[in-house]
Formats: sequence, structure tokens, C-alpha cells
Amino acid sequence: MRRYGLTILAIVVFLLTVIPSWLGLYSGYIQFLLAVIGINIILTVSLNLINGYMGEFSVGHAAFMGVGAYVASLVTVSLFGENSLLGDVNLPPALSLLVFPVALLIGGVAAALFSLLVSIPSFRTRGDYLAIITLAVNFIFKSLVENVDAIGGPRGFMGMGGVLRVMGGVADIPWLLIWTFLSMVFTIYIIRNFVTSTIGKSVVAIRDDEIAAEVMTVNTRRLKIIAFMLGCGLAGVAGGLHAHLLGFINPSSYFLLQSTLILVMVYLGGIGSISGSIISAIAFTVLLELLRPLDLFRWVLTPLLLIGLMLFRPTGIMGDRELIDIFPRLKKYFVPAEEIITRAPATD
Amino acid sequence: MLLTNRKSDAHVTIDTFLQHLLNAIQWGSFLALIACGYTMVYGVLLMINFAHGDIFMVGAYLGFFIGTFLLGGFALRLPIELPLWAVVLLTLVMTMSLTALVGVTIERVAYRPLRKKGAQRLYLVITALMFGLLLEYGNLALLGARDRQFPQLFPKQVYTFGGLTITNVKLMVILLSILTMVTLALLVQRTKWGMAMRAISYDRLAVPLMGVSTDTIIIMTFVVGSALAALAGVMYGTAFPILSYDMGLLVGWQAFIAAVLGGIGSIRGAMVGGYILGFTQVFVVAFLPSTYRDLITFTLLLVILVVRPTGLFGVARRTKV
Amino acid sequence: MIKAQRFALLVLALVGAAVLAACQAGGGGGDTIKVGLNLELTGSIPKVGEHSRVAAEMYAEEVNAAGGLDVGGKKYNIELVVEDNNGTAEGAAAAANKLVTQDNVLVLVGPNASVAAVPAGEVANNLATPMISPWSTNPNTTLNRPWVFRAPFLDPFQGPVVANFATEQFGAEKACVLFDVASDYPKGLADNFKSAWEGLHGPGSVVAFESFTTGDQDFSAQLTKIKATDCQVLFTPQYYSEVPLIVEQAQDLGITLPIVGSDSWGDPQLLELCGDACEGFFYSTHYAASGATGATKEFIDKFQARHNEIPSDVGALTWDSMQIVAQAIKNCGSLAGSLEENRTCVRDGMAAIKDFEGITGTMTFDEQGDPIKCAVIVQIQGGEAVFYKSVCP
Repeated sequence: MRRYGLTILAIVVFLLTVIPSWLGLYSGYIQFLLAVIGINIILTVSLNLINGYMGEFSVGHAAFMGVGAYVASLVTVSLFGENSLLGDVNLPPALSLLVFPVALLIGGVAAALFSLLVSIPSFRTRGDYLAIITLAVNFIFKSLVENVDAIGGPRGFMGMGGVLRVMGGVADIPWLLIWTFLSMVFTIYIIRNFVTSTIGKSVVAIRDDEIAAEVMTVNTRRLKIIAFMLGCGLAGVAGGLHAHLLGFINPSSYFLLQSTLILVMVYLGGIGSISGSIISAIAFTVLLELLRPLDLFRWVLTPLLLIGLMLFRPTGIMGDRELIDIFPRLKKYFVPAEEIITRAPATD
Repeated sequence: MLLTNRKSDAHVTIDTFLQHLLNAIQWGSFLALIACGYTMVYGVLLMINFAHGDIFMVGAYLGFFIGTFLLGGFALRLPIELPLWAVVLLTLVMTMSLTALVGVTIERVAYRPLRKKGAQRLYLVITALMFGLLLEYGNLALLGARDRQFPQLFPKQVYTFGGLTITNVKLMVILLSILTMVTLALLVQRTKWGMAMRAISYDRLAVPLMGVSTDTIIIMTFVVGSALAALAGVMYGTAFPILSYDMGLLVGWQAFIAAVLGGIGSIRGAMVGGYILGFTQVFVVAFLPSTYRDLITFTLLLVILVVRPTGLFGVARRTKV
Repeated sequence: MIKAQRFALLVLALVGAAVLAACQAGGGGGDTIKVGLNLELTGSIPKVGEHSRVAAEMYAEEVNAAGGLDVGGKKYNIELVVEDNNGTAEGAAAAANKLVTQDNVLVLVGPNASVAAVPAGEVANNLATPMISPWSTNPNTTLNRPWVFRAPFLDPFQGPVVANFATEQFGAEKACVLFDVASDYPKGLADNFKSAWEGLHGPGSVVAFESFTTGDQDFSAQLTKIKATDCQVLFTPQYYSEVPLIVEQAQDLGITLPIVGSDSWGDPQLLELCGDACEGFFYSTHYAASGATGATKEFIDKFQARHNEIPSDVGALTWDSMQIVAQAIKNCGSLAGSLEENRTCVRDGMAAIKDFEGITGTMTFDEQGDPIKCAVIVQIQGGEAVFYKSVCP
């Protein structure tokens, strides 16, 4: 029972979200929100790896998300889109079901490679230099896309809606929601295992005391680069989903505002807590939607609420604890992270 | 064809080059002034005060209200008409003090309680981001979506030297910024407050032991930093007289980048960083396709940081083992 | 530990309650027609959303005060459901989804900015709900989307209009362009102007094609570069928050070129903020507020009485969009069917609109849902935009 606790939880969530959407029990708006929540969970949990477990300060998550969004969209639209870039490819529609997840993965890999470019210089030093470099990455990504007219420049890129229609034509199930759900589960699974593995523990050790970690033969720079690439790659996957959800992307969608929102969700949930990130991604997304009727005052009230929360709980909702640490009784149903036995090889 | 083009370019180069130089000094002055505020707070608190760009916006708006009021632009007026120099001086002094009050209020209401609770410093950064949003949207909610026109505090003059033109506003911006920054550098070098401020960034535990109140120094830092932002705001409003609620956003982020470029925590670095960023932006536009401005500027910045990871004037913090 | 448990429980309970509250479906039906407004009330152009909202509310109140909209002999009141889209793609898609599937509106009006209208159009088209954008000029908004319409003319029409006008008016052969490269509308129009100008005067006749980024206020570097060229006219398709600064800085640098603008200049704030500096300049737009007659004059007076400001072009276009919506519903003949049937019927009614007399001109929709209508060239005289000439396709 305990071993399968999380699997059962995942199945229950699947039954409560994807299945009713398929049956048409949820309105399009609820389905849209569910997808947004899923994407935000991926973004928050993956940034938490960098800013929380690793103790760095990355301000450029939106840029990596944008790389994934553009790359994944270019792949799917050029193969299955209406205004195809490669001319008419005429692939069998059924193939789109396979191409879509592969495109998401390619987007993630592209974002990870892009982050490698950034991380090689930035992890030579400690401190807030990652902040400035990732901040500059926001500007560079936006300016770069604006100067490529082939992908629409500032006018944006579209055609992802057509891809989803092709997929819907093969089998009428909520493909995007399913893939969002699977990516979310994948992200949580991989990050949870990463931070409980020997590598992950080394990452936390770097945060707590970099010099001590180095003395204990941890190759800090290489580890930081690996963790950073993992976090950014997952942001790229989220970007691919986001692009297909909206059916339209433009460079300013992946700029400072989006980066700020992801940052807020991470710190709201508590750094170093996966369950905190999940709760805060849900709470923040739903809160912003609920405050819709306030129009303008939504953007006055939200920061006020968050400042109040910070003063009340200066470590975010969960601090660096997991839900299971606060409710010990949950241990009956779930295996706590520290009990996971890992066979990951020690580094260097 | 290419040759003739080049020739006609060469013909205008001297005047145009000097004009670009002037433009760059003005733009760099703004970035440098705002960057000083970032760098001072960082030096003392090791905290990136992301609300600083919005404090600059608040300064510009307060300057708008005070200036317009003093010039008799509102229904409620002063009984007497003030001479122009008095208007300028009063606007500057009142705006700077009120903005300093805003900065200190934020420190007292949000940052200090968080520090006392022992919050991790990155939570302070997020709180600062939230305060920035709050100031922006508070402004939008209070004053509406209309853009405001900054009052003309003194009549504008345009001087022409051959192909070179300069306005008295531009001159004022450049001279006043440089004067202010020199004063600031002296303050930090010579006064007790300045010494204490530098001491805190050197060793935060030893300073209270020397009988210096850390809280007082922090308040002073916020007063000076916010007043500088207000000065920049009033001058910015005079030079570019259209105010909108999100005017501090882009300038603020860029000034932060300038501060890091110079070496965050170093006041001299912030000034130099501001001018370097300003010069790069202007000269990329001048000699390269302007659509690539941000791409080239920020890539160059990355290259500088790769070569000098602590910025131009930053000192690598030695970690004791 | 107990305290932490209590707090965590509180948060979980709040999240749960919030999720449930978000799931509450909105009702519908009765003798009202629900029109969804998807507007930029916050974000970088809140003024656009504000004028759009005022014009739409004014129209709805007027119709309701007259007893409602007469559809096939039955009177219906118009109920507006307003959603803010924050001027972003995600905000617009969320608002459109909410309006269509949660609030069950019959038809959507807005968004105005193309960055919001393109993704919202995708949602409306997928969910088979008619939508009309009062202001979006990006061709992608309506491209291959039978359910999406718009009220303004498009950039590929406006660019040549301005290029032809500047050529005739100033006898210019070389032009300079200054635009915001990060913003959808200025970039699109600048490109269209450039290709039209080079079509008229040959390649290389646009001697400076300079850009800046949204939020910039110092344009002196770009203008200094423009000053060093030999162009005879400067085209700048920018908004009211930038044009006065561009004009002032150009004059400070000693640039005496005539400056020509586009429909984004058509905001009363531009005239107010620019003052004497803009005197004598021309721009192309949808309608001329000053010297307007008939229905247009009536609209301007009503708007001013209500909001104390001269309506911007987006206000006038929203009014026209509301009229088009009303006309489409009337064309439909009856709203007795299900919501899906009514939406289809209204879409067909909208596509069938011919020679519609709006306050921004006469329009007929082409097969893409774009109107075929005239542009107006106005000149700024004495702080007012005065009609100069009209250019028809």
C-alpha cells in the first residue's frame, strides 16, 4: 500500500481531471485552467530545483520556457500545421500522436542546451551572478526572436491549434490535457528522485556549504550545471505545452512578467519543498482567476496578499518541509523521501 | 555604390558622433543614478531591491504633482507666485524627501520585519518584487490609465553648434547627475554614515559591536538611495515629460544590470556600469542595425561577466573556511 | 508542529474552496443577450480597454433604454460580461474560454490588441463562437478563422495609403521609419510601409529603418541617425505615449522633417500631450473626431458627456463593433434555438453584413471576415484632428 501511495494519488488526480474533461463534464474554461495549473506546477517544481534545492537565483525561467515553446511549435507546425513551413509534408494524421510528445521532448532538450550555454560561464563564481545572467537571457531571447522574421518576429507564431485539431481528428480525447498531466507527473517524479539521489543530496550540500561540499569531493560546478540543465529542460517542456494550449506565441509572452510569476510561485510555496511548489502553483493560479471580477484591483490585492503572507510566514507556505513532514500520519500511505533507497552512483 | 554611401557617412561623422556621445552621456547618467540606489542597498543588505525601479516611478509622479502644484496647475494653488528657481528647488527637495519617506516605509513595513524573523534573503527579493507590482498597480488604480505630462519647470532652450544641438535640459541632467554622484562618493568615503555603511558590507557582525546601530545605517541607506531615485525621476520627467505607471520597469531592470556590470555593492562600479550600458545601447543603435540593440548589448554584457565574473569594480568575496 | 499542521490544513482548505468556487458554472438564458467583452483593462495599454468598455456600455444601455434589441418581433436586453485580459496572450485565451464556456455568452467583442486578439480568436474559432475585434490589425487574427471578424482596416491596406499620401503631399522620394520592434502593431505597419514605399521609389528608398523597444523614452540615438540621412519624411506608427516624445526630441535635435503617423495616433491624449509640437502633422485613421457630422458627431457628444474625454478611435470602433453585433443578431431573425444554433446563426448574420453604415465608415466583410472600408487622412490643426482627405480601397 505504502509503496504505491503516490501512484494511487496520481491515478486519482487523473480520474478527477482528465476523465471528466473527456466526458465533457468540465467546461472549456475549467479544462483550460486545469492545463494552466499543470503547466505552472511543472514550471514551479523545476525552478524550485534551481532556486530552492540548489540555492541559486535564476530570474530567466520564462526564457527557457520560451525556447521550448518555439522549438516544439516549430516541429509540430512544420509537420502538421496548416501553414506549413516545409510546404505540404502530408504525413498520416495518426503520426501526429507520436510527433507531439517527441516535439515536447525536443523543446525540452533545446531549452536544456540553451541553458548549458548560459551555465558554463555563470557557475564559475558564486553569489548573485546567475541572477544577472539569467536576467540578461530574458532580454537576449526576446530580442533574438524579434529579429527572426521567419518565425513571425514580434508578430508571433501560430498554427499549433491546427496541430491539436489533427490530433483530435485521430481520436477525440483531450490530448493536451493528457500530455500536460503526464509531463507534470514526469516532472514531479524526476525531481523528487533527483533530490533524493546521491547527486541531489550533493546539490543540497552545495547550497548549505559549498566549500565543505567541495572538500567532500563533490564536483560543484559540474553538478550545478547538471541540475540547472534539468530544471531548464523541464521548463522547455512546459513551454511546449503552453504554446499548444494558447495556439499562439510571441516573444513578449516569455519575458520578465512570466519569469516574475514563476519566481513568486516558487517562493510562495517554500523553497526546497516539492509539495509546497505544487500547492502554491494551484493556489496562485486559482487565486488570480477568482480575483478576476476585481479587474484592476486584482493586481493590487494579489501583491498585498503575498506580502502579508511573507510577513506571516517568512518561509513560504511550506518552508523547506514536505506535506508528509507536517502530517506524520501520511507516512502510512506514502513513502517519505528520505526512505527512498537510491542506487545513483556517487559523483567523482 | 557602396563606396559613395560610405563617403556620405564619413561626411557627417564628426557632428553625428559628438551628438551620439552627448545622447549617450545623458542616457548613461540616468542609468548610473538609479544603479547607485541598487548597489547601496545591495552593499548593506546583500539584497536586490527590485522595487527600486518603481520607487523611481513614484519619484517622477510625486515630482509631477508637486511641480504642477507649485506652478499653479491645480485648482488648489499657492497664494503667491514663486520665482522659477524656488519652484525648481522646492520641487526637488520635496520630491526627494517624500520619496525617501516611501522607501523607508517599505523598509520598515516589509523588509525589516522579514529580516528580524530571519527570513532567507531571497524572500526579501520576492517581497521587493511584490512591492514593485503594488506600487505600479496602486498608481494605476488611484490615478487611472491616463498618462501624465510632467510640468515644464523652466523654459527649454536649444543651443546649436554647427550640426550639434544641445538643450539646457540635457546639460542640466548631465551636470546635476555627475555633481550628485561625486557628492555621494564623497559622502560614502568621508562621513561617519558612509564609513559605517562600508563597514557593514565588509563585516556585518562586527559593526554592531562597535556601537553603531545597523538599523540606523540601513534606514540612511534607503533614504539616500530613494532620494537619488527621486532626483533621477524628476530629471527624467523633465527630459522625457510623459509619465506612465510602468515607466520604472524597463529603466529599473536596466539600471540593475548596470549595477552588476560595474560590480554590485560598489558605488563607483554602479556609476561606471551605468555609463557603459548607456554608451553601448546608444552606439549599437548608431553604428549597427537598431533592431539588434538589446541582443548585442546584453550579449556583450554576458561576455564582460565571463571575463570578469565580479563585474568591473567588484571584489570577489573571500569565503572563510 | 501543531501550528504548522493547522496552517497547512487552512491553506489546503482554502485551495479546495477556491477550486470549488472556480468550478461554479454561470447561468444563462432568459430574455437577455449576453455579449462578452474581452478587454485590456490592465497591462501596458489600459486606456484602450477603458475606452472600449465605456463605448460598449454606452451602446448596451442605449439599446436597453429603448426597450431592448428587436429580434424577430421579440425584445431582448443586452447584458455585457466584462473580462480583463491583462493585455497578454494567456490572459486573453483564459478570458475567452471563460466567457464562452462558463458565462455562455452569445458573441464576443474584443480583444483589441493583436497580441491578445490572435490567441482569443483561436479559442473563439475552436469553440464555434462569433467574435469581432474592434482594433486588431494583424492579418493572423482572422486568417482561416470563419468565426472571427474585425472592425478596422488592415496593415497591408494602411501601409500603402500612408506611403502614397506622403509621396503626393511632400513630393518625397526618400523616407525614414522609426518604430517599436518589440510591439506587434508598429512592427507590422512599418514593414508594410517600407515595402509599399520601396514599391513606389525603388529599393533603398527607405534610407533609415530604425527601431527601439517597448518602454523606451529616449529616442535621441535613433533620431540622430535619422538626422544624418537625407530622407524627406519620417513615418512613425507609434502610440500616444511615444509620439509626443519622438516629436519633441526630433525638434530638439533640429530635425525639420514632416512627421507622418498612422491610426495609433488617433487618441485624444496624443493631441493633449503633444501640444503645439505636433501642429501641422498628418496621420491616417479610421475617423476624424473634429468636424464630424451625423451619427459620428452624436456618438462623440454622448461619449464626452459620459466619460469627459473625446473618444479614441478604439472607442468609435467598439461602438461600431457593437452595432455590427446587433445587426448580425437581427439578421439572424430568431434566437429561439439552442446556444450553439444561435451562435451559428449570428456568425452567418455577421458574414452576411453588406454596406454597413458605421461611424467609422461603410463596411462590408470579405471572405476572411475583414472589412473593406476607407481610411481617412487627418491633419493636426490647433490641437484638433481635422479631416483632410479620404482614401478608399
